[in-house]
Amino acid sequence: MPAAVNEMRGMTRSFVLGALLPLLFVAPASAFTAYVSNEKGNTVTVIDTDKMAAVKTIKVGQRPRGIELTRDGRFVMVAVGDDDTIQMIDTKTGEIAGTLPSGPDPELFILDPSGKLLYVANENDNTVTIIDVEQRTRVGDVQVGVEPEGMGMSPDGKVLVNTSETTNMAHFIDTQTHQIVANVLVDSRPRFAEFKRDGSELWVSAEVGGTVSVIDPAKRQVTKKIGFEIAGLRQEAIQPVGIALTKDGKTGFVALGPANRIAVVDAATHEVKKYLLVGQRVWHMAFTPDEKYLLTTNGVSNDVSVIDVAALKVIKTIQVGELPWGIAIAAQ
Amino acid sequence: MFALIRILFAAGLVVAPMSIAAAADSIEIHLGYLHRTEHKETISLLDLPAGNNGLAGAHLGIEDNNTTGKFLNQHFDLQEVRLSEKDDAGAAAVDLAQKGIRFVLVDLLPDAVLKAADAGRDRGLLLFNVGATDDRLREHDCRADVIHVAPTRSMLADGLAQYLVWKQWRRWLLVVGSHDNDKLYADALRRAAGRFGAKIVQERMFEDTGGARRTDSGIVQIQRQIPVFTQQAPAYDVLVAADESEVFAAYLPYRTWDARPVAGSAGLIPTSWDASHDQWGAVQLQNRFMKSFSRRMTALDMQAWSAVRMVGESASRTQSGDEKAIAAFLKGPDFALAAFKGRKLTLRDWNLQLRQPVLLADGRTVVSVSPQEGFLHPVTELDTLGYDRPETKCRLQ
Repeated sequence: MPAAVNEMRGMTRSFVLGALLPLLFVAPASAFTAYVSNEKGNTVTVIDTDKMAAVKTIKVGQRPRGIELTRDGRFVMVAVGDDDTIQMIDTKTGEIAGTLPSGPDPELFILDPSGKLLYVANENDNTVTIIDVEQRTRVGDVQVGVEPEGMGMSPDGKVLVNTSETTNMAHFIDTQTHQIVANVLVDSRPRFAEFKRDGSELWVSAEVGGTVSVIDPAKRQVTKKIGFEIAGLRQEAIQPVGIALTKDGKTGFVALGPANRIAVVDAATHEVKKYLLVGQRVWHMAFTPDEKYLLTTNGVSNDVSVIDVAALKVIKTIQVGELPWGIAIAAQ
Repeated sequence: MFALIRILFAAGLVVAPMSIAAAADSIEIHLGYLHRTEHKETISLLDLPAGNNGLAGAHLGIEDNNTTGKFLNQHFDLQEVRLSEKDDAGAAAVDLAQKGIRFVLVDLLPDAVLKAADAGRDRGLLLFNVGATDDRLREHDCRADVIHVAPTRSMLADGLAQYLVWKQWRRWLLVVGSHDNDKLYADALRRAAGRFGAKIVQERMFEDTGGARRTDSGIVQIQRQIPVFTQQAPAYDVLVAADESEVFAAYLPYRTWDARPVAGSAGLIPTSWDASHDQWGAVQLQNRFMKSFSRRMTALDMQAWSAVRMVGESASRTQSGDEKAIAAFLKGPDFALAAFKGRKLTLRDWNLQLRQPVLLADGRTVVSVSPQEGFLHPVTELDTLGYDRPETKCRLQ
């Protein structure tokens, strides 16, 4: 456990070093910045992945959840659902620099490959809102199922996938026409959608169903369902939410919510290889850009677990704010 | 397209429902809503049921089903039938069956539920009991054509008892109303106390002597009556009230002789839903409901919403509007409903009761949700609530 008292002292030093390091040395492999949205705390915790410690806390709007960086790394975008907007945090200053017109109750969102358009799931009115990030304007809407949440983007940017929690579908949306081109039924309460980098598979987690559906994006069919079994735990405690897939497409990580574990899945055979015990009610995950580490947000225990991806071991726990939910990691 | 999917299924070529493109004709799925004219007296003005209590939840369920249905070429509608005191529930059920309706939500008294079930059985009706909490409908009076969405009194009482025991409030003063339904609730509370290790130190009956719920002189008398009624009790931790008839329980908090919390029919109330419930995505449903009906969602609304969603869920999983296919799926091992309670809801196959967590609400917030940690069960902790398989008297037919 990191000593909280050291956080403030470490903060200023890390900013100075962070600015100078790239010029002076070969940066350590893990010198990245992670941003964690704290759903109840109404804050974003900034973690230095070199120190593996929280270095700063940024106050944001009400109920921050979905969090992503702009492609140029200048802004952290965080959906503050109860304020019906997405706030943009300037990564240089740590200040809120603007908002995006997201529509009501934004939760998760995803950038297109160019980084210009942002697709936002609005839970309250069954729509996906499309936003021009640079202009900060809304450019379109797509009507989807009841309670849209998970958002996935095909690597070529042609297909957006949205999952709707009560309709229990993955909606395939043509990003050119904004029309739904296919709907694939998955298990109950689908919450997250993630493509493999080569576009060969789409994984969709079902929180209440307790499974991850593997979908063939070309055929738009479920080809496999990944189930989870943990000795001593009831099936209903296993509630998959976040999914992270390695760049090479060989390994998948699935956050199992109140099961307090991350499932490690062989992404070729879809067999579960291992369960890693993390903090309580694990929601989402992000890799460091070098894929050395995977950081998980543990909602109930107010911390972030750090997984060594090569060793498949949890190596550290970092205290963050109240009810951490989403996480994004910047290259600096 | 649908035929093709079925053929593929039959041939075992697909592992799960595949992507669905729009076909020409939509499948029409008709639901009915059979309820009685309600003249409910409540102690609190806030609890007076709206005219569309329950029905509004069913309508929202239809709307949600249709949002999903537009991607599946399924369309749902709802026909409401309100019975007066002299109307026969059996005849009303037959009438709905003749109109081509196969799924009927019933919010009726237990005998009327049985009448509708027995009249509808040969006509292919599947009933969803959304209102009656009577254990007997799931036990010796169970029916193969009735799915119970409402929790039973025993489930509610067990959910409450687990929390009170967890809280170490094991000594209960039980106060029971004088009506039959109050006595049935008291039976469930006694059973719960016995199962989970609470002790009823004394029982008192609060006789309903008639009279209006509210008068212009209001609290003056009550403030004197309730302390007197609750004085000289043996040492107790919590007063547990069984007053479904709403004659006295709401008067207990803050007025008891001893400074003790109240639970049961007032104070901490076990329920399937509360307007303040906001966990597990429930805010989304609460918001949708408020937007549509300009009021808060009640337990009866939630039970009706759940019943309609059960039909919708089964129709989307089976790609069918056929009542036999839907009923088979509902009663089968793959059925599960997501209903904002932190885990899937499934059916007890021995009596067709929907398994569900029990919320414990104080009227302002949800204080806790049962089953409580530590109450274990070999199959599912949800079966620590209510009559379990080994104890059931139900023989489905």
